[in-house]
Amino acid sequence: MDAILLQILNGLDKGSAYALIALGLTLIFGTLGVVNFAHGALFMIGAFCAVTMQRLFSLSYEVVDETQTDFLGNPLKVQVPYVEGWFGEGAGTTLIDWSVPLAIIATIPVMMLIGWAMERGLIKHFYKRPHADQILVTFGLAIVLQEFIRYFFGANPIQTPAPSDYQGTVQLTQAIAYPVWRLIYFFFSAFVIAGVFAFLQFTTFGMVVRAGMADRETVGLLGIDIDKRFTLMFGIAAAVAGLAGVMYTPILSPNYHMGMDFLVLSFVVVVVGGMGSLPGAVAAGFLLGILQSFASMNEVKSLIPGIDQVIIYLVAIVILLTRPRGLMGRKGVMED
Amino acid sequence: MSKTNYSRRGVLKSGAVAGAGLALPTIFTGSSAAAFTNEPTGSTVTFGFNVPQTGPYAEEGLDELRAQELAVEHLNGIGDGGMLNTFSSKALGGDGILGKQVQFVTGDTATKSDVARASAQSMIQKDGVVMINGGSSSGVAIAVQGLCQEAGIIFMAGLTHSNDTTGKDKKANGFRHFFNGYMSGAALGPVLEKEYGNDRRAYHLTADYTWGWTQQESIAASTEALGWETVQNVLTPVGAGDFSSYIAPVLNSGADTLILNHYGGDMVNSLTQAVQFGLRDKQVNGKDFTIIVPLYSELMAAGAGSNIQGVFGSMNWNWQLQDAGTQAFVRSFGEKYGRPPSGSAHTCYVQTLLYADAVTRAGSFNPCAVAEALEDFEFDGMGNGPTLYRGADHQCFKDVLVMKGRDNPTNEYDTLEIVEVTPVEQVMYEPDHPMFAGGDLGECNDGA
Repeated sequence: MDAILLQILNGLDKGSAYALIALGLTLIFGTLGVVNFAHGALFMIGAFCAVTMQRLFSLSYEVVDETQTDFLGNPLKVQVPYVEGWFGEGAGTTLIDWSVPLAIIATIPVMMLIGWAMERGLIKHFYKRPHADQILVTFGLAIVLQEFIRYFFGANPIQTPAPSDYQGTVQLTQAIAYPVWRLIYFFFSAFVIAGVFAFLQFTTFGMVVRAGMADRETVGLLGIDIDKRFTLMFGIAAAVAGLAGVMYTPILSPNYHMGMDFLVLSFVVVVVGGMGSLPGAVAAGFLLGILQSFASMNEVKSLIPGIDQVIIYLVAIVILLTRPRGLMGRKGVMED
Repeated sequence: MSKTNYSRRGVLKSGAVAGAGLALPTIFTGSSAAAFTNEPTGSTVTFGFNVPQTGPYAEEGLDELRAQELAVEHLNGIGDGGMLNTFSSKALGGDGILGKQVQFVTGDTATKSDVARASAQSMIQKDGVVMINGGSSSGVAIAVQGLCQEAGIIFMAGLTHSNDTTGKDKKANGFRHFFNGYMSGAALGPVLEKEYGNDRRAYHLTADYTWGWTQQESIAASTEALGWETVQNVLTPVGAGDFSSYIAPVLNSGADTLILNHYGGDMVNSLTQAVQFGLRDKQVNGKDFTIIVPLYSELMAAGAGSNIQGVFGSMNWNWQLQDAGTQAFVRSFGEKYGRPPSGSAHTCYVQTLLYADAVTRAGSFNPCAVAEALEDFEFDGMGNGPTLYRGADHQCFKDVLVMKGRDNPTNEYDTLEIVEVTPVEQVMYEPDHPMFAGGDLGECNDGA
């Protein structure tokens, strides 16, 4: 029973990341009709916002310590962070320690700006082109962004730990201790997802966007500039992916190709959930995350070796055979 | 008015005769060039450095490239000479190899066997390299080694730790300086016994490819010989990223030791996540839970940060060694690049010098003459103490380092400490040892 509960929790964690990425993908597809293969790269850039924040707080000046030597036998140059000099050692250390949560503040505008620039600078030129063209150009863009990050940050994973107060485990039952940060990630994701749904459901802006998703032409005839709103939705989708990336960094040390690892699975999530369906993307994200975790259990793997690698795709095949539009897909989406 | 009496037939005949005459010396030269693959004919000789410049092991690859470039400089007489000053063989004089200046081309393996083979193929066919060195993965090393065997050039392996590289997949044209999984197990065993006793229950997470399999087999054999029980071995996909669903079952498995047969980014992630799940704070069977990482690299240790503190592992070489060879290399490398070299950089540097030395001693670039010079060659002064390049399997035998994550690092490079230098006798094995059985070196191929 404990093992099952543990795998459900693990699944919810993975599912949270899948759901957030898939939510952004669906927002873009639903509003702009673009299949955005660069969305995984946006998740990765979000993660590197946390790395950048950590590095900014850790910017240092050198102090030569004559009592110690470096690997060449020269006096050791000790790095002292500027923030420790400005705010005192205690406050400086706390700032560095809290760089991941603090990165959220910077990530939202940065990612919205990147999303806006991507949409206005490149993707808008492909609205009327076939989906294959959109996939090719966004996939190419993802590779460019990935190599850009590799150039500046290197290829190795970079440790970006959670604040030290949240690094331990919390005792959920007598036998189960679960990492605190993973629970935080789940609740954070639920909060972001709820926020996006509330924004679309309860604001005038959201209402217009939903109307535009349902019938773009009619909304345009009413004199509403739907394109502007959709561009903003692209920015919001980028910010959601970025937030998913920032908060994921203590779970998975960021590296330049982490976006690609999530992209393919997130696309399967979108297809299983139903193209264009926001609730479908979220539900499928959590469902596939949990299934993937269960498939990794030794008991399951001993029955069907290798099932952990293919479970998501098997489920996708079964769902698409039985429900061709996915779990909550809408009629007419991607069926032309 | 002049008139020429050239007929069309006459011109063709004369042309054919003149052409044959002109071609005659070239035909003989061509025959001479075909004596072996890519025989260098000019004033230079070209090495091929095939390393991962993109992909998950790119940092290892870039460090290898730094060392290879340094080795070429030292061979050509540029810089302070590095390990040429401490190498027991004095055949190399810092004036190139057999009177030829050394140049090099680089390729990107991307840590993918097919990409690595294509890159090596291009270097052999287009760039005319006489030797290929590099690689940061056993899958890649085995693939490129096979290609070099077919093409008739020497492969001086870089970072490859699978038993299979000089076991069932060994080739007459391939040579490995780096240690292997068996040696890691043989070195770690006594240290683990001393540290953790004879009654432990070990759970293995193993990368699902040749390196992971052979390392797990070696470590399990070594720990089981101590009396430890192997509770479970779970194969994990390479590049899994989130290992939580593989780590969670460890919590209730009754195991008190987790052995991570992972490398590179996978090791960084699995170790970090194991620590996040509180494994190191756990008590099982009345013992403190412990984690072991059998194969370490400095770059991985830096990536894992504080999670690595107190964790045991093994290495082929480390920059903190105090012998003259190590100090010479660390000084050369450190002054050029501002950082200490990694283990993968060391092995590529040494392999490049060893190849050059073998060519000089053989007096020829012919791969079979070079192979003969390398076989059963004994040397010293390259950082690992007295070393033997065994002829039976082309594996180097030398001391192995047992390492531990440093508890209180003083700077970014001070991540690991040397616990023990395991003497070579303890890690030796017979060429027909069961973990290395099934292969055959075959005949050396010079491509003629």
